[in-house]
Amino acid sequence: MSRALRLLPIIFVVWIVGTFAWKLVQPSDTTVRSQLVNRQVPEFSLPAAVSGVPALRSAELSTGQPRLLNLFGSWCVPCIAEAPVLEDLKRKGARIDGIAIRDTPGALGAFLDRHGNPYERIGSDQNSSVQLALGSSGVPETFIIDGKGVIRFQHIGPIKPQDVAGILAKLEEVR
Amino acid sequence: MTAEAGLAALWLAAALSLLGLFLSILHVRGKLEADRAVRGLAIVQGLLCLFAFVMLLVVFARTDLSVLLVASNSHSAKPFIYKIAGAWGNHEGSMLLWVTVLGLSGAAMAIFSRKLPSRTLIAALGAQAALALGFHAFLLLASNPFARLNPPAPEGRGLNPLLQDPGLAFHPPTLYLGYVGLSVAFSLAVGAMLAGEVDRQLARAMRPWVLGAWIFLTLGITAGSYWAYYELGWGGWWFWDPVENASLMPWLAATALLHSVAVLAARNALKAWTMMLAVICFTMSMVGTFLVRSGILTSVHSFAVDPTRGGFILALLGIYVTAAFVLFAVRAKTLREGAPFELVSREAGIVVNNLLLTVILGVVFIGTLYPLMAEAVTGEKLSVGAPYFNAVAGPLAILLGILLAVGPLLSWRSESRPVLRKLALPALAAATVLVIAILAWPQATILTKLGLALAAGLVPASILPLIGRNPFRTPLAIWGMAIAHLGAGVAVAGMAADSAFTTEKLTAARPGETFEVGPWLVKFEGVAPVAGPNWTAVEAELRASRGGGVHVLRPQTRFFSDPPTETNEAAIKTLLSGQLYTVVGQADAEGRWQLRLWWKPLVTLIWFGGALVGLGGLLALLGHARRAWRRRAYA
Amino acid sequence: MRALAILALAIATPVFAQSNMPPSYWGYRQLHDAKQEAQAQALMLELRCLVCQGQSIADSDAELAGDMRDLVRRRIAAGEKPGDIRAWLIERYGDWVSYRPSAAPIAWPLWAAPIILLLFGGAMVASRVKRRRL
Repeated sequence: MSRALRLLPIIFVVWIVGTFAWKLVQPSDTTVRSQLVNRQVPEFSLPAAVSGVPALRSAELSTGQPRLLNLFGSWCVPCIAEAPVLEDLKRKGARIDGIAIRDTPGALGAFLDRHGNPYERIGSDQNSSVQLALGSSGVPETFIIDGKGVIRFQHIGPIKPQDVAGILAKLEEVR
Repeated sequence: MTAEAGLAALWLAAALSLLGLFLSILHVRGKLEADRAVRGLAIVQGLLCLFAFVMLLVVFARTDLSVLLVASNSHSAKPFIYKIAGAWGNHEGSMLLWVTVLGLSGAAMAIFSRKLPSRTLIAALGAQAALALGFHAFLLLASNPFARLNPPAPEGRGLNPLLQDPGLAFHPPTLYLGYVGLSVAFSLAVGAMLAGEVDRQLARAMRPWVLGAWIFLTLGITAGSYWAYYELGWGGWWFWDPVENASLMPWLAATALLHSVAVLAARNALKAWTMMLAVICFTMSMVGTFLVRSGILTSVHSFAVDPTRGGFILALLGIYVTAAFVLFAVRAKTLREGAPFELVSREAGIVVNNLLLTVILGVVFIGTLYPLMAEAVTGEKLSVGAPYFNAVAGPLAILLGILLAVGPLLSWRSESRPVLRKLALPALAAATVLVIAILAWPQATILTKLGLALAAGLVPASILPLIGRNPFRTPLAIWGMAIAHLGAGVAVAGMAADSAFTTEKLTAARPGETFEVGPWLVKFEGVAPVAGPNWTAVEAELRASRGGGVHVLRPQTRFFSDPPTETNEAAIKTLLSGQLYTVVGQADAEGRWQLRLWWKPLVTLIWFGGALVGLGGLLALLGHARRAWRRRAYA
Repeated sequence: MRALAILALAIATPVFAQSNMPPSYWGYRQLHDAKQEAQAQALMLELRCLVCQGQSIADSDAELAGDMRDLVRRRIAAGEKPGDIRAWLIERYGDWVSYRPSAAPIAWPLWAAPIILLLFGGAMVASRVKRRRL
């Protein structure tokens, strides 16, 4: 057997072991990111989720001003922790729209009464179809959409107090 | 005390394996006559590991909550058999089981392989001691099963309810016996390469280990497939999941090694292939162990994973496998000679068999690791699943199946007779079934149709070697070969039938409604609450009939409290013609219950075929053992 | 008392359900047209559940998997081709969501591998057997 052929298995082993070692030291990242960042928001039209708050259409997301689109649900525990942070963002000038995933008017109304309503509009997505159209895979998630309706950033998971500065900076950036 | 005794035994065993390794190196280099010492050390080490394992079983049997492992994985309310099985239903316990089987195999090698030349045997025992040392280090430094919890927990955390099943009692020990058996083949190969004595004697010494390991792997994979089939509740028996592939790869390598070793034993040929395959077998065992415990690939069969432990196993893997491949590269020249054979001969057939098995192994390996590789190079995530594996491994398996029919009929060295004539009838059967499949079941995939045809040809072809011989004078090993090949045909028949003939019914039904699944008429009687020893459940009652009597099926959704989990318990009715598989889901707002039913004709052939393959292997093992015993008795 | 507890557990909405809504309509129902259902089923087996540890949406009980099955069945019933639905999802989630590797350059080594292995192995075997010729 030629020398090259005999060395092949050893090179192969080193390559495989090296890749394994690389992967072991990577922090575990199981989030599924949307591929629509820097693409236009897909067209949708959702009915109102709760009485007293207007419904949401994709056209209303390209107002000339950047907006936050927050996917949430009254049944989602981390969303409760996120609610005060969204209020904080609203106070600091962010415009927030919401999509309630798989929610009922009654439960949603109770949630907003208890934790506050930072949303200008809330659309009701009862079978996750708009969630899927956006490339989102869970709640809570927040998209930053610029004035022309292009998705510029996706924040997966609840927005924590320490993320607020970054979100506001990003909103400024896409203005 | 019990736990400390076990721990002390493990430390002692580790020290003895270090000593054994040292002495064996000296012996092989001719500096010391240490034959009896090394063998004795191997035996004592094996017994110490066994003692430690028994101690672990004792603390689990007693639910000794001052031992951290018991507190994390057991519960005083668990049924006794699952308390015992729970000993190896976790990382540390299963590693101790691995080390124990490794030690006991070393002991068995020392006792039963005395026919091997001393240098080879001692070198092999040294290699085995090196393996044991690495795994002992892993166990003692990173996965101590006997760690204490102070103060003792008031109650254990319980065992994952998916694991409270007879499958757990059976599946891991069987697979470990397989993996560790392959480690002995590895040690023997390394020992023989070091000593420079790769020949028929080595093959005869290796063969029972390879056969035994392979039988356990076959049975372990078959049992694992059936366990996942009825436990996970979606009616599938193989998903090409990374953990499943991790167990399939050593099996593919072991099957190739098995045939290669037979050639080396009979004809003193294929030396290089056999040594390389022995190394690859163990490599695949270690890669499998690593993949499953490190968590670098997502899997539906996930174990509790820990990257630090993964790193340790990876280091062991890297050291052992690189050393073995380097040894092979250095010794490759000495593995040249061997009896020549023609293009049409059994040896050539087995070479092609090895080739196909190795290509399938390569494809499964690449497919399983490709997402990882792609992510490392491009940063993008992609998935490789059943569509790829079926498309690629399927046709290769069909080719292998055809070879399976032809190979056993060829003579050693050179085949000049018109052997293909004997295959006329099986070929006709295959062609007929293929035509029927194309006409009658157009919706089945090409692969499925070919699978049906292959099975139809393979089943009669596999017993051809037995025809024309006196059944009582045919060596047991030939019976074994025929039955194993027959089992392969039967399993393929089951797989193809499942793919072609399964019908599924998904419905949301109110109590009292009737619906159809294939030829069955099923009435949904209603739902009732039910309780077990450590669970409560919602049980549906289904009455199924197809002309004859009525069969009652009771699928459940079970709720456990320690830890809180919800599982689906499928209700399966097994008949000769197939299985009726039923699952109950949730109720919707209007009181309709989700029911999922499958009628799977002939699906049990898959596992029946797997069992036959194992049985064939067992017969071959007994046949070789009997012949060896007779040779010794008359010598 | 125990029986009451069990009964309460049994008739309550399942303990571990996620959201406030029941499963989607087409998540747990088959299409009426057998051929369309077979198409949908074949596609569902090849799409990865976004929130599971390695299952297809056909095999998963997760809510989002049910919603994805609902989406697939509605679109197939409306006449869309399975390939287009798969492409739509890949557009949103990347190649990761499809268990069938794409035809994109990144997957070429994957499809080439069996051929290369066969040729390489075949060449090795052929040279060996030639050397063995009597």
